[in-house]
Amino acid sequence: MSALPRPDPTDEDDAQFWAALRAGNLCIQRCAVCGMFRHPPRPICARCGATEREWRPVSGAGEVWSFTVVHPPTLAAFADRTPYAAVVVRLDEEVFLVSNLIDCPIRELAVGMRVEVALTQVAAGEDVDDDLVLPLFRRM
Amino acid sequence: MTQAAVAGIGQTRYAKNMGRSEIELAASAIRGACADAGLPVSAIDGIVSYHVEQVAEVELFTTLGISELRFMARTPSGGGGAASLIGLAALAVSNGTAEHVIAFRARNRSKAASYGADPNQGGRPWAKAPPRLRDVRQWQHPFGVASPAQEMALIARRHMHVFGTRAEHFGMQAVVQRFHASRNPDAIMRDEITLDDWAASRPIADPIRLFDCSLENDGAAAILVTSLERARDLAQPAVSVLSQVQYGAPIHTELSAFFATTAAFGERGGGAVVGGRRLFATAGLTPADVDVAMIVEPFTIAVPLALEQYGFCPMGDGGPFIESGATRWPDGALPVNTHGGSNGEAFVHGVNHLPEAVRQLRGNACNQVVGAQIAFVCGAISDPSGAVLLGVDR
Repeated sequence: MSALPRPDPTDEDDAQFWAALRAGNLCIQRCAVCGMFRHPPRPICARCGATEREWRPVSGAGEVWSFTVVHPPTLAAFADRTPYAAVVVRLDEEVFLVSNLIDCPIRELAVGMRVEVALTQVAAGEDVDDDLVLPLFRRM
Repeated sequence: MTQAAVAGIGQTRYAKNMGRSEIELAASAIRGACADAGLPVSAIDGIVSYHVEQVAEVELFTTLGISELRFMARTPSGGGGAASLIGLAALAVSNGTAEHVIAFRARNRSKAASYGADPNQGGRPWAKAPPRLRDVRQWQHPFGVASPAQEMALIARRHMHVFGTRAEHFGMQAVVQRFHASRNPDAIMRDEITLDDWAASRPIADPIRLFDCSLENDGAAAILVTSLERARDLAQPAVSVLSQVQYGAPIHTELSAFFATTAAFGERGGGAVVGGRRLFATAGLTPADVDVAMIVEPFTIAVPLALEQYGFCPMGDGGPFIESGATRWPDGALPVNTHGGSNGEAFVHGVNHLPEAVRQLRGNACNQVVGAQIAFVCGAISDPSGAVLLGVDR
């Protein structure tokens, strides 16, 4: 199996999302002035215009907003997993994450299902040092 | 403001692996549009394309022998920009910046052409995914979401949940377009399909099936825009550009932002909903005045989304609208993609939809809507996009 495509952002804000996961927390960027959460990270608040920003640990609870069942062709790293489900999760903080569910058979997938984050470690590839931690989700 | 009009259309043959470079395809379609209008290529003084285009303006300038270029512009975004090619060209003509503006798109999907690591170049997004993710792909690729079909499937499933749309509704539009294509000698897919054929086509990303998807092919299309006054002196009946809009919206390649911000089916308004109102108000028309529609659809789900957001049917009723037969030529109230669209005629990021709208208003389309006076064209709805209204010169 091909190695999982690995986030390796040059953008500082993007990098902090993945660093927090490695430290064991799902953190979402938030405007430090008006408090609005946003994802993906941005350098400025779309609501109040402030550039001050912070990373807040979130509960990781949310709902399945949508899902698809992926068949070939797809990324090489996922080729031997087809058919597999991909989901969009709406966190209770009103941000959206593309993810996968663990421990949920495809036939039981449903929009609106309550889920919680399951930080999942993926082994490092041959040419990298750090393990990758992904925010996957499980049914509540 | 000078009234703008379409004076010429051109397109190459559409086929797989034609063995012609994108500059050659572009030059061929552009020369075709000029010949159609009865205008020398040297008269071109404006070039419009969109950001995925790999043929640079400077290449065209030298290849075509254009001597005085006054206007160059590109619009975002993928298939979203298709209709706005006419919109941008019309703007340049209306304010006098240029007189004869060519809008075009050329595609060669073989690895010998524009294939490259850049997301805007040719090649399959899942096949050329980088092992290290530095851009927006970092939010989706680690979870196995890398292709437009997979992204649009997530949008389609949400639409089904909110409005009760069924996957078969997408299939019904696929069947309609393949019927249209079966009567179009320029179409790649000449065989009709049934809904059973659609249901038997392999799943790509549920609820999207193979027959919902656009084709993969080479080819180019071009449109020549000038003033209405000038167009009346040229070889073809002029087709007026009645109004045009662009609208900003999130894009399917960044689903987290797509669902978080405006234009997710107009659940929160914005996007095409607001743009559509401006489009019709500017022209003094309503959706009921439109005789034929070209809706750019990388996947058939884009058709119900556009029908709803531009006001051709109530929000959420796109599926039943298709099921009623409204989009099917000749009897439907609003025949859609009468050339066969992206799953029937060809996929040129929707730019092949532009000449079809013009043919309908000239009265010489393969599936002619009798007496068509007003045509609507919009880009792919899941991107920053735009639309135009075209009309018979009266």
